[in-house]
Amino acid sequence: MIRPASDRNKAEIAQVKSAGTASAAITSPIVERQNTNANRAVSFISGADRHIRRRLMLSRIFAAVCRFATYSAMAILIVLLVAIVWSSVDRLALDFVTNTNSTNPTRAGILAGVWGSFWLILFTALFSVPVGVGSAVYLEEIAKDSFLVRLIKVNLANLAGVPSIVYGILGYTVFRSSAAALGLLFDGHHVVGMAGLFRIRLSKLPIYEDNILVGALTLTLVILPTVIAASQEALRSVPSSIRVASLALGATRWQTIWRQVIPAALPGISTGVILSTSRAIGEAAPLIMLGALTYTSMCPGSIDSPTKLLTRPSQVLHAPLDQFTAMPIEIYDWSKQPDSRFTAVAASGIVVLLIVLLSINSVAMIVRHYASRRLKW
Amino acid sequence: MTQANLPAWARLRVSRRHEKFIQVLLFLCAALSVLTTAAIILVLLGNAVYAPGAKKAFFEHVSVWEFLTGTHWKPVEGESGRFGILPLLSGTVMVAVIASLVSVPAGLGAAIYMSEYAAPAEREFLKPVLEVLAGIPSVVYGFFALKFITPWILKPALSLFGLDLGTFNVLSAGIVVGIMVTPLIASLSEDVIRSVPRSLREAAYALGSTRFDVSARVVVPAALSGILAAFLLAFSRAIGETMAVVIAGGQQPIATLNPLRGAQTMTSFMVHASTGDSAADSISRMSIYAIGITLFVITLTINLISGWILRRYREVYQ
Repeated sequence: MIRPASDRNKAEIAQVKSAGTASAAITSPIVERQNTNANRAVSFISGADRHIRRRLMLSRIFAAVCRFATYSAMAILIVLLVAIVWSSVDRLALDFVTNTNSTNPTRAGILAGVWGSFWLILFTALFSVPVGVGSAVYLEEIAKDSFLVRLIKVNLANLAGVPSIVYGILGYTVFRSSAAALGLLFDGHHVVGMAGLFRIRLSKLPIYEDNILVGALTLTLVILPTVIAASQEALRSVPSSIRVASLALGATRWQTIWRQVIPAALPGISTGVILSTSRAIGEAAPLIMLGALTYTSMCPGSIDSPTKLLTRPSQVLHAPLDQFTAMPIEIYDWSKQPDSRFTAVAASGIVVLLIVLLSINSVAMIVRHYASRRLKW
Repeated sequence: MTQANLPAWARLRVSRRHEKFIQVLLFLCAALSVLTTAAIILVLLGNAVYAPGAKKAFFEHVSVWEFLTGTHWKPVEGESGRFGILPLLSGTVMVAVIASLVSVPAGLGAAIYMSEYAAPAEREFLKPVLEVLAGIPSVVYGFFALKFITPWILKPALSLFGLDLGTFNVLSAGIVVGIMVTPLIASLSEDVIRSVPRSLREAAYALGSTRFDVSARVVVPAALSGILAAFLLAFSRAIGETMAVVIAGGQQPIATLNPLRGAQTMTSFMVHASTGDSAADSISRMSIYAIGITLFVITLTINLISGWILRRYREVYQ
């Protein structure tokens, strides 16, 4: 009765309680001592029992805490998606995807950003896939363990941890200045012509310093470590029996790589490449550092519909050297507008961006799914 | 086709040259990464220390000592300019510490749950959820912090304690950065936890351990180096995090440790300076290089320590 309840197990407590109710207010020290003496033999066993119970309880609490941590991640994801869709209701409509940006929140749309991101990703993939897969092939298939190779590997691990904004500074200084120098060399203009199927049309168009190619080169540097790591992973999963068999049949090293190893690793490589490229779609910081436009109503090369990709070849050729904005940059710009009506615009932009990312990721999932079913070693 | 007409020895030689050429090409691809690092260091350090032509480099205006110890950041031309990085550094560290307070328990808890408790089917379902969380772009988290967490969660919660929260504040930015890096900690820690051999767990269970004993006293200590390395990587990621902090964290370069107010971080200053209409050779633009090299050195150091811990203290099991 005097000892704290936490020291006793339930049986003891029940016993004491019943004793308490029976002898109402008798709380003399003698009764207390008698009580403990009588229970001494039992408490040896119940002490161990208590200990086990406490440990089991601790284990259960710990499991609950861990489960809570895991499922709160899911809860946050759901809250985030609901909050964004909820905020986007005021603006999300078909004309949000067909309009370009505007200072009027009821008319502002994301079309310029969608096209900017499209061109950026196209060229980022064009640059990063050959270089990334090439590096991975060298490191996994050709390189012997030398100082240089170890340096490259350590360096790649560290490059992956460099903040993307640092690549933005590099792009601003190196690529943008190169574009500016190129512009000076060609008097600030480049000639775009198209012959053949289409009638020859020559037009003199300006070279911009902050063009798509500069952005794509910068994004390439950002995602290259990821692309290389993913491709290495895919190459490593190809069993060495394939290589040995090919070499034994007289194929050269390169023939083995090109005709056996790369095709076998292709599903893994493409999944990795698609996932890293989708990371580039969401990157805004390095592009802002480059001086990408935060407010523009122009699509690169003035191409604002897929049909123009086919019917306006000279504009297609101009697009890589044109100025651009991208989806995440427009979202950033809308988010910081003081006019609260832009909240819905930013949220709508996020919905579009997330839909694009989701579709790209599902392509990667589908590739992975089918490839894992077809290829069995 | 043309090779087929050649004698066998010539074909072999062409093929050999061809092979050599491709190998060199592939080596150049791989060497590009080293070149990138060299370029980053050269460009950042070079432009911070030396500027070609008439314009002056940042460290020609400001001494390194003043830059590293100054407590005021006011990047304007002339006498009133103050170039101490400490206000930006305090903002950055605050964001990273808050992010760690969120992500370390959540990430480690999730890693332990997924490797020790979850059934395989549950894991198959939880892993993609974390991957999606990791794949959401930084701007989205910034928007979420500014338009949802601050007005709908933190403001009402803090007003109960009579605390006032700014529209832009470090707390919300730190929380979303924490959410962003949680999947990183979870997946890296889960990898190392899963690589702890089964026999250790079985031995502990056989000795009468509960799941808590196995997780907290056997598995986590065995995987500790990897878990610490994951924490450090997440911390360095949080330091370099940009867009979420730019959107939600505010733009006041004040040396403060109050997370309820806005503060500028190194990254948000860089974005601010390059979106502003300052000229390309203005001191505010030139300071980007000095801050960039600081950011690069800090993140690189943390990453190197993380890698060193992983190698040095790794438990090796046969």
